[in-house]
Amino acid sequence: MTDVGRHPRIKLYTLSEVVDVKGYVGNFQVKILKKARYVSEKECTACGECSKVCPVVRPDEFNLGLSSRKAIYSPFPQAVPSAYVINANECLGHNPVVCAKCVEVCDKGCINFHMSDEEAVEHVGSIVVATGMEPYDPTEMDEYGYTRFENVLTSLELERLVNAGGPTRGELIRPTDRKRPRSIGFVQCVGSRSARKGSEYCSNVCCMNTVKSTLVLKEHYPDMDVKVFYIDIRAFGKGFEDLYKRSRRLGVHYVRGLPGTVEENPDRSLRVAVENGATGTIEYYVLDMMVLAIGVQPSTHTQKLQEMLGLQLNPDGFFLEAHPKLQPVDAATRGIFFAGCAEGPKDIKESVTQASAAAARAIRLMHRGEILTEPITSEVMVEHCKSCGKCADVCPYHAITVDVKKKKPAMVNTAACAGCGTCAAECPFGAITMNHFTDVQILHQVDALLEEDPQEKILTFACNWCSYAGADYAGVSRLQYSPNVRLIRTMCSGRVDEEFIWHGFAKGAPVILVSGCHIGDCHYINANHWTVKRVEKVHRKMKKLGIRPERLQLEWISAAEGIRFARTMERMERLRRGVTAEEIEKTKAILSQGK
Amino acid sequence: MNKMETSTGAKIGVYVCHCGLNIARTVDCAAVARSASELPDVVLAKDVAYACSEPGQQAIREDILERGLDRVVIASCSPRLHEPTFRQMLQSAGLNPYLLEMANIREHCSWVHMNESDAATRKAMDLTRMAVARVRQLKPLQPERLPLTRRTLVIGGGVAGIQAALDLADNGYDVVMVEKRPSIGGTMAQLDKTFPTMDCSI
Repeated sequence: MTDVGRHPRIKLYTLSEVVDVKGYVGNFQVKILKKARYVSEKECTACGECSKVCPVVRPDEFNLGLSSRKAIYSPFPQAVPSAYVINANECLGHNPVVCAKCVEVCDKGCINFHMSDEEAVEHVGSIVVATGMEPYDPTEMDEYGYTRFENVLTSLELERLVNAGGPTRGELIRPTDRKRPRSIGFVQCVGSRSARKGSEYCSNVCCMNTVKSTLVLKEHYPDMDVKVFYIDIRAFGKGFEDLYKRSRRLGVHYVRGLPGTVEENPDRSLRVAVENGATGTIEYYVLDMMVLAIGVQPSTHTQKLQEMLGLQLNPDGFFLEAHPKLQPVDAATRGIFFAGCAEGPKDIKESVTQASAAAARAIRLMHRGEILTEPITSEVMVEHCKSCGKCADVCPYHAITVDVKKKKPAMVNTAACAGCGTCAAECPFGAITMNHFTDVQILHQVDALLEEDPQEKILTFACNWCSYAGADYAGVSRLQYSPNVRLIRTMCSGRVDEEFIWHGFAKGAPVILVSGCHIGDCHYINANHWTVKRVEKVHRKMKKLGIRPERLQLEWISAAEGIRFARTMERMERLRRGVTAEEIEKTKAILSQGK
Repeated sequence: MNKMETSTGAKIGVYVCHCGLNIARTVDCAAVARSASELPDVVLAKDVAYACSEPGQQAIREDILERGLDRVVIASCSPRLHEPTFRQMLQSAGLNPYLLEMANIREHCSWVHMNESDAATRKAMDLTRMAVARVRQLKPLQPERLPLTRRTLVIGGGVAGIQAALDLADNGYDVVMVEKRPSIGGTMAQLDKTFPTMDCSI
């Protein structure tokens, strides 16, 4: 921590938030709001005289309210920066008549009530998102009595109580009588692995955190009766099993089952009823103190940042990486990387590993001092552009600017363009060329596909990242399906132009399949939403024209779904057999009339 | 479609890969090459044992130089596997790497139609014809070079943010760190001893 504070290359903004990010990989403009500290960071020597005279006493957040602090305070002894800070909402000051005692005692004159919030703009080439996590608030889990019984604590509160620098100087005491508890019980999976309350995922760290706490307790108080109520103990990391065994060897009692009810006895001890899954019996335990091993939740700022940076979240609310195995620290947006719990619950070692990986990925991007952009980007043919703004609306990367009012033609920022091709598919005037996946290139593929015996062919558009990869996976798995299938690869299903579909039917295609990544998994943020809309539109038109809409299918197939791909192809083959030669001829006639 | 109309005057080389027996056991690669050789603009079509092997690439490179090929179709495995390999090969032979098209006759053909040899061969011919139709229309592309700010924003000053910032800074990159609380340290700073080493967190 101190290394960060004194590193000449690190500029530290505390009490600050990122409020706006503009630009693209290599060239981001970041607006930062720095809230007033009211104490000069440079001048303050953290002597603490100000705090001594401050008359305002408040619960100390760092110790989770287990101790108190003043309105002018140091967050914790090792804080970086070490400068004190005033909580303006609590301070009586500003008006010297009322208080201003701190100003009087500060010899160096570091305190300034007139300090105001400041805005700064920084230019950067890459961004590491390390926004961490939020501990689960167990208030809603009333069965454990966290709000009703004082001797029920969270695991984080216990951390403070056993910490030498904590409110009790490391002496574990029971909140109600300030005596050392003779027995203590840990409840696992609080806010984790539950479909009812908290989250459905495993929070990763709570098992080992509890094992660690039991070791600390047994080391300090060998006679203490320590119990752990659990569903499974997940001790999968290096050296973890060893710690778990040590904990058991030291006499910690592991009970397989979570408490059903917790009641308080007159002496403020807790009576816990638990169904022991190992013995199949209901057991009752009396504990002096109970600790809830709380889970890890996404940070509260996640959503705001997600919108600002155009990132994606997984269903659990953590940031979604570009690829779970091969690009685990990259965001889908180039130049943005994840580190730590922002991406998912993880322990310190994993956080550090991921942070180093994120740094290495950022360096890999920046070390050349220039960005080489993949030339598979879109291009506007200015002479055809009518400045309608449709392309800018659909671009998931905000890479296109159009001045609709002044009728200035669209412009593509090639550095921000990721090459999905949705703009080219949506442009009503054919004014956008998607390089390497141009209309002409794709239409020639369609023609070649349908050149011989078109009635036997299953024309399938597949997106590069999911559906095409899913077809590859079907191949690797040797799943057999109809040999009538022919794939045309596009980067994204969003590239599939209405025109490609009409062209296919006009050339005698019996059926057409458009396939892409599942909604929410699109490699171009949300470009496949436009695929859905487009296919629905074509379906409506088909109905009007008297062409059976079933002949055009839309399917989401992920890279891991080889089986789903093969099954979809079998379904398409059955569908193809249901299309007669007359029906194909009729369609061709209808479409040639339209033209 | 009239085949003469599609000619663009390109000089296309088509290579049909056996991939050992992975493709050749099911698909008649020589027949696929023969059918491709009849397509307009195709000046050369061969079946080869392993296109991706160093001798395989070298042979294609020599054809490009000696026969003046300006576009290449490789009918082999998935482009998700070897497209970068063959693009590099094109570049080393002096061609723009984007003037390559692959026909996936392994993952999408020989491996998924193992018991239908004739149908698989016909499909491989179709896929190759589609690739030739596409490669004819491809345009050389150049990556664009853009300036970059060698500086990183780290949002969050917990253990992950701290580690990333230090790694970057120690490698000579400037870092801007933004932390919403009055001090960095994050959740980690609140912990007592930490597993698995049981040492203190700060």
